[in-house]
Amino acid sequence: MNKHIAAPRVSRRAFVIGTAAAGAGLALGLDLPFGGPAVVRAADGSPEVNAWVVIRPDDTVVIRIARSEMGQGSLTGLAQLVAEELECDWSKVTTEYPTPGQSVARKRAWGDFSTGGSRGIRTSQDYVRKGGAIARTMLVQAAANDWNVPASECTAANSVITHTPSGKTTTYGKVAEAAAKLEPPADVKLKDPKDWKIAGKPLKRLDTPDKVTGAMTYGIDVKLPGMLNAAIKDCPVFGGKLKSFDEAKITGMKGVKKVVRVNDSAVAVVADTWWHAKTALDALPIVWDEGENAKVSSASIAKWLAEGLDNAQPAFVGNQNGDAKGTIAGAAKTIEAVYNYPYQNHATMEPLNATALYTADRCEVWCGTQNGEAAFAAVLEASGLPADKCDVHKQILGGGFGRRGQTDYIRQAVAIAKQMPGTPIKLLWSREEDMQHGMYHPVTQCKLTGAFDADNNLTALHVRLSGQSILFALRPAALVNGMDPAAFQGLAATGEAAIGYSVPNLLVEHAMRNPHVPPGFWRGVNVNHNAIYLECFMDELAHATGQDPLAFRRKLMGQHPKHLAVLNAVAEKIGWDKPAPKGVYRGIAQHMGYASYVAGAAEISVTDGNKIKVHRIVAATDPGYAVNPAQIERQIAGSFVYGLSGLFYGGCTVKDGRIEQANFDTYNSMRIAEMPKVESIVMPSGGFWGGVGEPTICVAGPAVLNAYFAATGKRIRSVPLRDQNITFA
Amino acid sequence: MANLSINGKAFNLDVEPDTPLLWAIRENAGLTGTKYGCGIAQCGACTVHIDGTAVRSCGMTVGEAAGKEITTIEGLAAGGALHKVQQAWIDNDVPQCGYCQSGMIMAVAALLKDNPKPTDADIDGAITNICRCGTFQQVREAIHAAATA
Repeated sequence: MNKHIAAPRVSRRAFVIGTAAAGAGLALGLDLPFGGPAVVRAADGSPEVNAWVVIRPDDTVVIRIARSEMGQGSLTGLAQLVAEELECDWSKVTTEYPTPGQSVARKRAWGDFSTGGSRGIRTSQDYVRKGGAIARTMLVQAAANDWNVPASECTAANSVITHTPSGKTTTYGKVAEAAAKLEPPADVKLKDPKDWKIAGKPLKRLDTPDKVTGAMTYGIDVKLPGMLNAAIKDCPVFGGKLKSFDEAKITGMKGVKKVVRVNDSAVAVVADTWWHAKTALDALPIVWDEGENAKVSSASIAKWLAEGLDNAQPAFVGNQNGDAKGTIAGAAKTIEAVYNYPYQNHATMEPLNATALYTADRCEVWCGTQNGEAAFAAVLEASGLPADKCDVHKQILGGGFGRRGQTDYIRQAVAIAKQMPGTPIKLLWSREEDMQHGMYHPVTQCKLTGAFDADNNLTALHVRLSGQSILFALRPAALVNGMDPAAFQGLAATGEAAIGYSVPNLLVEHAMRNPHVPPGFWRGVNVNHNAIYLECFMDELAHATGQDPLAFRRKLMGQHPKHLAVLNAVAEKIGWDKPAPKGVYRGIAQHMGYASYVAGAAEISVTDGNKIKVHRIVAATDPGYAVNPAQIERQIAGSFVYGLSGLFYGGCTVKDGRIEQANFDTYNSMRIAEMPKVESIVMPSGGFWGGVGEPTICVAGPAVLNAYFAATGKRIRSVPLRDQNITFA
Repeated sequence: MANLSINGKAFNLDVEPDTPLLWAIRENAGLTGTKYGCGIAQCGACTVHIDGTAVRSCGMTVGEAAGKEITTIEGLAAGGALHKVQQAWIDNDVPQCGYCQSGMIMAVAALLKDNPKPTDADIDGAITNICRCGTFQQVREAIHAAATA
């Protein structure tokens, strides 16, 4: 891991990378080379068969991975897909990251580096499998040429090529040099997933051994000769500025080398060690220009969002059929409820950091990033240097969850390094800085109204969201006439996040209200709150009309067989049609996101009305294809820890324009004692590629909240539960 | 200056006695397997053994650690063989991002030394490290596997 590839000759092509590209990946054409007569060599001199595959003389297979590994396992999954088509010996597989600079210099040889939106596998599976298949074809052709036989008489398996008529064999390592000189085939046929032998199997991760010995290098562990360490404080009020600081007060403190202004809102102390830098920074008197945002509080935000729930206020329509408002107005019976979901911090275990080395004609950065190309664009912009003078060396991430898709910390590191040319600077945020300068899960409220006819059939549903748009802040180009399509995740009419119910009159709308707190993509993104809103409200509608929550849903899901299949799977496994154990209560939920269909069911007990013990969680996902079922199970269970931590313990509140929570003592996270075993059902139905890392996260919350209602008769409509004195037993 | 014994080796470090042990281990001794997560002894990512007991090294000063035997994740494997907890972590494919796992493994190794066959309740009481990836299910399975190894 983390071996870097020798820099190829840099193309003379000019690269123009604009500010917008930094947020959304570079908007350059994708021109994937699959090898060719000019042999490109890896750092150790081994030939590239193509951009994805390097084979060493000892038969080691080096598979290049462009997407980032942050724990979600796609490093292993992508290698499985390449190896499957390559027909190589899995025990000889190792991986390496190409750098974004190398990729850009080679016309984006490795495609998109962005690792978010649960896209790591699903949007690169096609070309990485082709990369493996093309390499295999070239290796077989090279052996056939050597033997002077038709390639059609040769087969490949386990890195061994066999000439079937003669029984002659050779290995990939022996023919790789010759294969690298061949023209790649124009077209290759990919295997039917039914025939997979390496992909589709619950193989162990490739990156585990170094993670149990302390040998794995994360960004925080980078060491460069002569490196200094920086600690930083950004204006606690978002949008505020740095006015002044009194450097004299810390002059002479041990290890301190320099105090620098970072852009217009932050100050950093550079010292020999980070501990010295942080100690001096804590002693540095700083004056902020906090600005108007210092008047904002959680209460003022909540009031503003609540006004957006008023139907008279303008809103974007995200999904509509029939006449929901009219039907509700004339209905025999209506039910209405208002929910809310707070800001959440990503709180990656590894606080944000980046190491930058700036010289007059070069800028390099070492960091964990979910988006190598956006990081690269940020380095170009912050350094002012062209693409062929910059690069980013990606490290394994100590958690990402969406936070490391942004580049603010990288820009800061470069801004500091520019003020100390020739000296590598490692910028590390304290946990407090990390908690208080997040890109938070957006704050929203939701008013839901359901209408019934005299026979208790749901005739209309009106979902009115009010709150913050992530795209407005981070990718304004993705707005559609001002509307944020992602706000309707799981509530859309069609697409990769479609609602699973058919309601004769449906209206889903979003009153966009954007407070000053910066929003970001937080694992699961908008499904976290949308699933709670819709699935808890479906539960309310069922109970209000005396219907079983599962049966009520099923009636509306006839046109949504894949949504229904995962719901039925969890219902069966949890034993919905049989009584729960005494004192145990159940809840159920389903949703769709990132092109995957997900459902969850929970069994809980409640003591004293406010202490919840979660006994069981059953989860089902249909991601189309399952590249590594064991890792999918880990993503499901792990995402529930993340989502339920946010539900029970999370919630970032705003006071005087800043976030109040500063560390894990006030922004807690679930521990092992609080988390039950998750019983996962991975049920790929084929024909589409869905995501894995995020979609399932959203069903644990509503399943638990619905079980809480079943247990207590009390409906929880506000997150986090700690605000209502509800906690884990 | 401080004299520390880390993984059986003597270190003479240019560090003030009130420096948190975590930072002396990472920055002065250069052993980066021990991780910074919170700095307030909440998350456990910095867990090391002090005379065989699991301690959150961000909450102990260099002065307090002097004269004691400090073991970090790098020193857990004895004689080139992985500790049974490390092996169980590999066998059960526990880590996701892996950042918290040095501390998790050190906490579990200390638990098993005192309580070789912990029950689920024992695990719940003793292992309080934060893992944001949510590897708890595999952690629990691997603890039981290590206990029977």
